[in-house]
Amino acid sequence: MSVDWPLWEVFVRSKGGLAHRHVGSVHAPDAELALRHARDTYTRRMEGVSLWVVPSAEIVASDPEQAGELFEPAESKIYRHPTFYDIPDEVKHI
Amino acid sequence: MTRRSPAKAGVQERASAAVAAPWTPAFAGEQADPRTEYLLRLGDDSLILGQRLSEWCGHAPALEVDLSLANLALDLVGQATLLLGEAGDGDRLAFHRDVLDFRNCLLVEQPNGDFARTIARHLLFSTWQHMLFERLTQSADRFLVEFASKAVKEVAYHRELSSEWTVRLGDGTEESARRMAEGLDWCWRFVPELFEVDESLEALIANGMAPDPREFEDEYRTAIANVLAEAKLEIPADQRPIRGGRRGHHSEHLGHLLAVMQFLPRTYPDATW
Repeated sequence: MSVDWPLWEVFVRSKGGLAHRHVGSVHAPDAELALRHARDTYTRRMEGVSLWVVPSAEIVASDPEQAGELFEPAESKIYRHPTFYDIPDEVKHI
Repeated sequence: MTRRSPAKAGVQERASAAVAAPWTPAFAGEQADPRTEYLLRLGDDSLILGQRLSEWCGHAPALEVDLSLANLALDLVGQATLLLGEAGDGDRLAFHRDVLDFRNCLLVEQPNGDFARTIARHLLFSTWQHMLFERLTQSADRFLVEFASKAVKEVAYHRELSSEWTVRLGDGTEESARRMAEGLDWCWRFVPELFEVDESLEALIANGMAPDPREFEDEYRTAIANVLAEAKLEIPADQRPIRGGRRGHHSEHLGHLLAVMQFLPRTYPDATW
């Protein structure tokens, strides 16, 4: 049966103030049941306070074949990391 | 280690149960005091339906549904643990009573059938259980208030889930609609028992410990009718009601369920988890 059901990506907010995080996917015939399935599959052990489900087909993904041109150029730009500043000892919480 | 025959172990267990258990039926069919009786009725409803649903584990139509049904089963077994634990020694009551001493309604012991019949049974039972537990949060009995306040949230979810599935199957394909209608038809004759009030329950209603189910029967029938209307299903024709579960008069199906559920602790009484 699940073969006929579309796939939904599941996002869980683990507690108030944190962002929803992708945790996996479920099959379901429609959005409401996708939420039910997500609840029963991914929040059985108090993992979350909020759920999102998104049709997997609606996710626009980057092409793995383009990973080189998309991501490698960033590797040689270490000056983009803010690691060249001396932080005074008195400054906390940075 | 010497091997003991299951039959012999069972006899010895029953003998020791008479000494050890806080409440032990002296003989089949005897009623406990009204409060204990009520705890057994509610606890056995949850226990037997929990056991029934767990039979789906590994067999549901989809992995997600498998998990979903197992979650419902776990909620119910958890409720049974609390209720039977309040009635006496919960494990003894669950595993060392025979068919005639069980007080669950007949609806919950009915075989799963196909997925649609399981959903029909769950819709009819959880809608009743939800309306009952909502009122039980106002009980004069402190334990029942605490119990119901926790369980009512679980049962609200059960009711919503089975309503949603009823709508999808009823308003789905020709086959799913036919199966859903057949499932409802099978379960329908067990509904009147849910609203039965006998002398034992009357006593609890009188002192404010238990809600009177007759007071929400109209609301129940309306709620079920609304779900069925949304599911584009007919309300099943009324059949001759079958009752007797609350007095220990069960269908042949319960014995088979108990045989599976009870064989291990009865065969190996000393087994530990």
